Amino acid sequence: MSDHLEELRERISELDPTIYPLFSIEFGDAVIAVPLDDLLVTMHRLRELGFDRLGMVTAVDRPEFFVLVYRLHSRALSAGLFVKAKVHKEDPVAPSMFEVWPAADWQEREVFDLFGIDFEGHPDLKRIFLPDEFEGHPLRKDYDHPRVIRRPDYI
Amino acid sequence: MSSFAMGAFWGLAAGLLIAIAALIGVWMERKVAGRIHMRIGPLEAGPFGLLQTLADTVKLVLKEDITPAAADVRPFRLAPFVVFVPIASSLAVIPYAVGWAPFDISAGVLFFMAVPSLSVIGILAAGWASRNTFATIGGIRGAAQMVSYELPRTLSVLAACMLAGSISMTGVLDAWRPWWLIVLAPAFIVYFIASIAEVNRGPFDLPEAEAELVAGYFADYSGIRWAIFMMAEYGGVVAASLFGAVVFFGRGLGLGGVPGALLFVFFAFALTTAMMWVKWTFPRVRPDQLMTLAWKVLTPIALVELLVVGVIASWML
Amino acid sequence: MTLEIESKEATHDTDGLPVEELVVNIGPSHPSTHGVGRVVVHLDGEVMTHVEPIVGYLHRGIEKMSENRTYLQVVPLTDRLDYVGSMYANWAYCRAVERLAGISVPERAEYLRVIVCELQRIASHMMALGSAAGDTGAATMFIYTFDERERIIEAFEELCGSRLTYNYVRPGGVSFDVPEGWLDNVLAFCAAHRDKLTEMDKLFFGNVIAKGRLKGIGVLSAEDAVAWGASGPVARGSGVNWDLRKHDTYSVYPRFDFDVPTGSNGDAYDRGRVRLFECYESCRIIEQAISQMTEGPVKTPLPRLLRPAPGEAYSHIESARGSLGVYVVSDGTPRPYRMHVRSPAFCNLALLKILAPGHMLADLVAVMGSLDPVFGEVDR
Repeated sequence: MSDHLEELRERISELDPTIYPLFSIEFGDAVIAVPLDDLLVTMHRLRELGFDRLGMVTAVDRPEFFVLVYRLHSRALSAGLFVKAKVHKEDPVAPSMFEVWPAADWQEREVFDLFGIDFEGHPDLKRIFLPDEFEGHPLRKDYDHPRVIRRPDYI
Repeated sequence: MSSFAMGAFWGLAAGLLIAIAALIGVWMERKVAGRIHMRIGPLEAGPFGLLQTLADTVKLVLKEDITPAAADVRPFRLAPFVVFVPIASSLAVIPYAVGWAPFDISAGVLFFMAVPSLSVIGILAAGWASRNTFATIGGIRGAAQMVSYELPRTLSVLAACMLAGSISMTGVLDAWRPWWLIVLAPAFIVYFIASIAEVNRGPFDLPEAEAELVAGYFADYSGIRWAIFMMAEYGGVVAASLFGAVVFFGRGLGLGGVPGALLFVFFAFALTTAMMWVKWTFPRVRPDQLMTLAWKVLTPIALVELLVVGVIASWML
Repeated sequence: MTLEIESKEATHDTDGLPVEELVVNIGPSHPSTHGVGRVVVHLDGEVMTHVEPIVGYLHRGIEKMSENRTYLQVVPLTDRLDYVGSMYANWAYCRAVERLAGISVPERAEYLRVIVCELQRIASHMMALGSAAGDTGAATMFIYTFDERERIIEAFEELCGSRLTYNYVRPGGVSFDVPEGWLDNVLAFCAAHRDKLTEMDKLFFGNVIAKGRLKGIGVLSAEDAVAWGASGPVARGSGVNWDLRKHDTYSVYPRFDFDVPTGSNGDAYDRGRVRLFECYESCRIIEQAISQMTEGPVKTPLPRLLRPAPGEAYSHIESARGSLGVYVVSDGTPRPYRMHVRSPAFCNLALLKILAPGHMLADLVAVMGSLDPVFGEVDR
């Protein structure tokens, strides 16, 4: 497993040295952590490297920030890769990946719907699952509703 | 007996015939479909499930007759009858015995071709009056389809009329000869396909296309009015089968008496079964393909057939 | 939920008469939406000019619910994602949890997982083919395919007592070993299934009307398929050779010899036919798996309460609809901090708005049927 990841790291450093310093291995997966400002540029570069498929777009609500998680796949390199970027909680705005991979279309709408992260440059950013008049973003950890029942803690 | 009483009597008789035909037709359709699907079909109500349709009829009669709030009430309520009556009346010109038809007029073939087409008005009215997009599209599709398929259907029957030199049903039957079977084979195929489209059955059931239009022009009907639409459909199937058996198979290959009657019933049943068989085997065509088939395939075939028959007629007769 | 229809634009035709676009709302309750999806279609005559799929009618918030349950309690929730192929979501989730918590799986359990998932693939494809055929009006094909599916469902019922929501694949293995004689029944099914597939191919895909209805409809180019994130039969129908069982292989799949059928035109016909051929391959895999399988335990004993170390894991498998991924984040508590499902049906359905316009209304259901959305998984 880790051999494969080292190999991927080598390949990427050969192909594009600018991405190399961002590369790390977390929990057995190749991860590229990018500052939000460089996200779009890095994604364009990764796409040129052969990561032609955007598998997944999602977010995780960490206490201090949101983490945007992208899962990329490359058929040419036969590899999968995570790209992560931190988004501020006060001003949750991120660039849209629609121009890089149209696959981001509905998945970004989903993240917008459930996390309230705005995607700049998305052609049709609106709620996808929940009704338009729904208040709040349920997948945020601070989301509360009188009818949400917390199960007891299991020790 | 006054002519009005005669008309009322035959009208009732035709209505009854269609009701019985629909009862048997629905049962038969289910059985035929069941066999094609490798299942058994209705079995519980009565012997061989024969009373199943009767049970359904009771259910349909007892159901609430819903009129949508937005519907145009009078055309909406009237439409089923406008569809049903022309089809029922077309049964009157069929010669059930050699040389006898309930309503034996000198233009029987014309009557049969022209009168059932009036039901298109009912379909359009039902679709429009429902104030429902599905129904509207279904109604418009139905109108386009029925008007288009009139032409090849009439042309195919015209070939038989040309051979007979008559447009009276009994006249055609009298003139029927076994060699017509071969000469009119292409015309019969055109007639068969066009008839399926004319009664809006699969694979040409676009007006009701349940996949995209839910039920098309009768999407908003319920209970007895819906049942009348279904009866009209089965009445149309029976009428088309009886007429086809008379014109193309000489009722019972031109025979009279019991063998002729049995053959007549056999041919009519065979045509009905074939229509069901086709419905349950083929997918539905698309509107543009339907029009292509009518105007670019069936109509030219019917015209060529007419030409061929015209030559043969002048040579044989 | 707002149900108002978007504003219609009144335009004028060449004679200066006002012309209005017809807006048709297909769904949410409609025979051909395969669940509760809604499609707003703008029509110009019969031709669709604008298609907007609207989803969310089946959104149950499974991702949010998972955050409130222990790792093992989430498994039954995954059944409810893709209710036509519950085994896949079970497996994808369990693989993620196994990776997260470092649980090993006995070999026999891996084989059983492969067998049930390939059976599930056949069942799911039968449903896809049947309902796609039913949408084009071929009722007989629908019954034939559902007949085959029923046999698989019955086998699953015998295996785990449930017909749709199996909860069979669990972290650390599977819930039960197979009953006596079950594998022989599966082998007999596979042998008989091949003949049925041939018959279905002739009945539906060989039919001239079916060809006319499906060929050239909803053409998806290979580039678009990759860029739009299509996967499974939808991508393979366009000739994209992308099957996780081969290209990011997992479990015991490398031990089997099978092919990945691909189409060439990317139309509804190819997508359907790819599904049919995948059923042949699934039969091959099941037969090889049964012959290679050895006796042994089917689950690793686990503590009642899983407490994976803080971390995250992503696992994806090839479901009947495409690459189904599950992303689980742990913060060290007995509950997942975050569980996300990368749903193939969701990504494939997003294609509808680029595939359908330009075709006729009747083709909408054909295109939708060929994308095979299951709304439990689309909406989650």
